[in-house]
Amino acid sequence: MAMQFYTSPEQIMRDRSEYARKNISRGRNVVVLSCADGVLFVAENVSASLHKVYELYDRIGFAAIGKYNEFENLRTAGVRMADLRGYAYDRTDVTAASLAKAYAQTLGTIFTEQTKPFEVELCVAQVGPNPKSDELYQLTFDGVINPQPGYFVMGGQAEQLVDRIKEGHSFEAGLAEAFRLAVQTLGSNENSDREITTDVLEVAVLERARPGRAFRRITGAALEALMPEPEAASESESASDDDSDDEGDSSAKDS
Amino acid sequence: MTAGTSSFTDFLSQVAPDLLPGRRPLPPGDYSDSTAHATTIVALRCADGVVMAGDRRATQGNYIANRDMEKVFAADAYSVVGIAGAAGMGLELVKLFQLELQHYEKIEGQSMSLNGKANRLATMLRGNLAAAMQGLAVLPLFAGFDTSAASPQEAGRIFSFDVVGGLYEERDYDAIGSGSLFAKGALKKRYSPGLDTDATVRLAVEALYDAADDDSATGGPDLTRKIFPVVYTATAEGANRIDPDEVAEVSRAVVEARHENPGG
Repeated sequence: MAMQFYTSPEQIMRDRSEYARKNISRGRNVVVLSCADGVLFVAENVSASLHKVYELYDRIGFAAIGKYNEFENLRTAGVRMADLRGYAYDRTDVTAASLAKAYAQTLGTIFTEQTKPFEVELCVAQVGPNPKSDELYQLTFDGVINPQPGYFVMGGQAEQLVDRIKEGHSFEAGLAEAFRLAVQTLGSNENSDREITTDVLEVAVLERARPGRAFRRITGAALEALMPEPEAASESESASDDDSDDEGDSSAKDS
Repeated sequence: MTAGTSSFTDFLSQVAPDLLPGRRPLPPGDYSDSTAHATTIVALRCADGVVMAGDRRATQGNYIANRDMEKVFAADAYSVVGIAGAAGMGLELVKLFQLELQHYEKIEGQSMSLNGKANRLATMLRGNLAAAMQGLAVLPLFAGFDTSAASPQEAGRIFSFDVVGGLYEERDYDAIGSGSLFAKGALKKRYSPGLDTDATVRLAVEALYDAADDDSATGGPDLTRKIFPVVYTATAEGANRIDPDEVAEVSRAVVEARHENPGG
């Protein structure tokens, strides 16, 4: 007869955490930071069509790392929740905080009730009337929700990179300046800095000044124009042979 | 939290069917007089895309229920929609349609095709059939700039509908609402293909003037209260509402010209 071995809850949770953390840490990084012009998302992403950064609602963006099918599932659920709430109440009643709380609930439930936790880390960010009022929420695989102070990094080297971004971050910086900091941060390594090229970058911004839907992808020529001049004698490391493209620019006028 | 539809309406029918227009059972009877009715909308093709214009009057029986109602809207970045019929149902339909397109765009990461949008609107209309049969009919007029068209001259497209959800693509122009017969009569004589946007806007305002002239449920330009038609264009630059001041100027010019020649 098969015997069910006893495992302590501590051990189970520890194992799950370790499993999720290990897999998430393999992912490439995403930087989210708020600046004078809005909330900027910069992700290292070799795919041109599978995104890590998305629009959730009018002034709310979503960024994720980890297992694609898992965070895609969460993203879709978030869009549905936001659209349903906006339709049933009013567009202004959809907030990043409520979405983040819903995600925390979902992730927490999955973490405790399922055998395998979700291997994801999420960011829900909302652009406010001024940079100090931007809301950035970090959500980890176990359902923990952390409000972040205007900047944060997800992914493998998050802890090292966040120190780097902390030094350079300024709420008064313009988009170009904030972007330069984000790219430098993504490229900074323990040993040597590497150069990040446009073909591995996914960039989007929640534009503060734009009424209605604030989410805009920055691709193609607009991204090239934003790229900082390469600093002399930096080691270049091309990570992908993907072509940069103009596809997926969801900039949209709307009533 | 399962993978599913990218249609917001389908999603809504699963989780909150009570929020769907047309799903509310009505007691037997005719409700045509119980809500304000919206009136004349015209849509015209032009060289750069399409122009859609609507008057501002909503009536309830022989009363003017609203003088400055807006019945033409941007459906999404490249399309516009106007409504005639039961005003409340129409506004609800537009709100849901806009959300339907936006929801698809967010989930899929790209916009729906123009044909897809027209088909979705037809499907939504079918859902309202029962209410329509009891007098709460609403008819949309849909037009847009087809970004997949071979040339900008062919990109402007207009779709009309019937109350059962029939979908018809129109050639050059169309009108809906109680004044549509007169508007179409005016357009029949005046329309010519390939006009630029400014000339087409003027033509649209003229057609609305003619509709208002003969149909009491269509509001003409209200010079006293400064209420003028709502005019949208959908071109390669996207769907765009023409600045109300600009429309006011065109409307004044039309009224001025009619002082000289009332028949236009």
